[in-house]
Amino acid sequence: MKELIVISGKGGTGKTSIMAAFASLAEDKVLCDADVDAADLHLIMAPLVRMRRDFQSGNTAVIDQNQCTECGQCLDLCRWNAISNDFEVNPIECEGCGVCVYFCPEKAIDFPENTCGEWFVSDTRFGPMVHARLGIAEQNSGKLVTLVRREASKLAEAKNLDLILTDGPPGVGCPVIASIGGASAVLIVTEPTVSGKHDMERVAQLSAHFKVPAMICINKFDLNLDLTQDIENYAEKKGITCLGKIPFDPIFTWAMVQGQTIFEYNTASKAGRAIKEIWHNLANKMEL
Amino acid sequence: MIISIASGKGGTGKTTVATNLALSLGAAVQLLDCDVEEPNAHLFIHPVFDQTKTVTAPVPEIDMNKCTLCGKCGEICQFKAIVVVGQTVLPFEELCHSCGGCMAVCPEDAITEKSRELGVIQKGYRNGIEFIHGKLRVGEAMSPPLIKKVLAYTDPAKFTIVDAPPGTSCPVIESMKKANFVLLVTEPTPFGLYDLKLAVGAAKILNIPCGLVINRSDLGDDNVKAYADRENLPVLMEIPFDRQIAETYSRGEMIVEVMPEWKEKFLKLYEKVKHLVT
Repeated sequence: MKELIVISGKGGTGKTSIMAAFASLAEDKVLCDADVDAADLHLIMAPLVRMRRDFQSGNTAVIDQNQCTECGQCLDLCRWNAISNDFEVNPIECEGCGVCVYFCPEKAIDFPENTCGEWFVSDTRFGPMVHARLGIAEQNSGKLVTLVRREASKLAEAKNLDLILTDGPPGVGCPVIASIGGASAVLIVTEPTVSGKHDMERVAQLSAHFKVPAMICINKFDLNLDLTQDIENYAEKKGITCLGKIPFDPIFTWAMVQGQTIFEYNTASKAGRAIKEIWHNLANKMEL
Repeated sequence: MIISIASGKGGTGKTTVATNLALSLGAAVQLLDCDVEEPNAHLFIHPVFDQTKTVTAPVPEIDMNKCTLCGKCGEICQFKAIVVVGQTVLPFEELCHSCGGCMAVCPEDAITEKSRELGVIQKGYRNGIEFIHGKLRVGEAMSPPLIKKVLAYTDPAKFTIVDAPPGTSCPVIESMKKANFVLLVTEPTPFGLYDLKLAVGAAKILNIPCGLVINRSDLGDDNVKAYADRENLPVLMEIPFDRQIAETYSRGEMIVEVMPEWKEKFLKLYEKVKHLVT
């Protein structure tokens, strides 16, 4: 079984639109949305939810005012300034470390588990999909990413499908690290802007750090041909395959507004042809 | 006054708005780039950096001469960052949240703290603007402690603009929670709207007033505006799609410098925000 993660470093380079286009080109796969913090793939895939589960992770301290003697030990120990002078825990600040719970001499602090979001197994017109929704302001996005990836893998095994296509989060931090560890390959979708290139280089370093083979494609390449060339040069120097270049095309937005992939919106766009070529190169490279 | 520029969805133009707003206002402005995973504002501001500081987090160090392998450290740790295995104690630094629990609980005082590098903070200037950003070390998972350290540079005597990371989880909350106003940069597309709703939810949880900037405002549909009307969210600025703006951005140049007519618009945006805050 192979698992491809689409990432970008910088947000808004076109990860999800390209991922949706891949979903319509690939056969025998499970789709997975690992951008649990701002998941958008479902807006095009229109999943029919077959199973819904709560995601529980981490705990938050709650002081029982009736048992609290205001001795102040918790205030001294808490490194997050999460406990007010009248001994109430601010759940936004609480890290869930449980130090106050452990040391409270009155055992006055509860430590209930948090429900931080939910995850789903769904059917779409392009095959099964595992996705999730992290609650607003919640922690543990990395753990939820790990969970959806594991469930996608189980589903692929159960249905005898050989490929998992995963839409990853932006950045290089916790959720991205959780997304790419142990994957067969990552595809970095970048754009020829100073920020796109800067962020692509950081996420390429991250992939190298975790020893996950990286490939790139350049979206909106005609916006700045000099930078496109710079990105290609960088990729070549680092031994990263550039699978192709997609011209700037508002068709991505128009298709998104209709809840469609760009192929459903228009079968003959230039951007669509470029994506088909990228998919073809990717399938060869990954031996799909 | 602190305003935090956020979006939910990435790539909607947070950094464009933050940097052009800062440059339009000039001196007495502080720009803090809290998107420490992928900081970009410096690519447009081009500050001259005069300070670089390594930021660390405390992690446990065990003196095995004192340790009796009682296992209390592993018991208190909620993050599985320290365990007793056989005749030794293994700390997993990358999982450690630096709560100090293991050190507090150790009956033998065998645990002290050492520093683990999270990234760097750089400080510099451009046209009188004070610029500070954090850069997470590649391979490091935990951004909130670094964001906290960047925000510690907030100067109450100045107008502080915070460039927040995308999303709505802990790093975004960290970047928003001290703000007097959250400026949400969005685009009129289904992805833009869906993620905008999450970001508005985050501002509501924190009880901070917010307003919108709609970028590429003519490339999409009318649903963001309808939502803003419904929710009583003021639309403070609209930036239509313009290939010249996109190309200016791509080169790391400032819109207010290449297309000076935009300076007036960013100043107006500032006036509107100021009016809403006071």
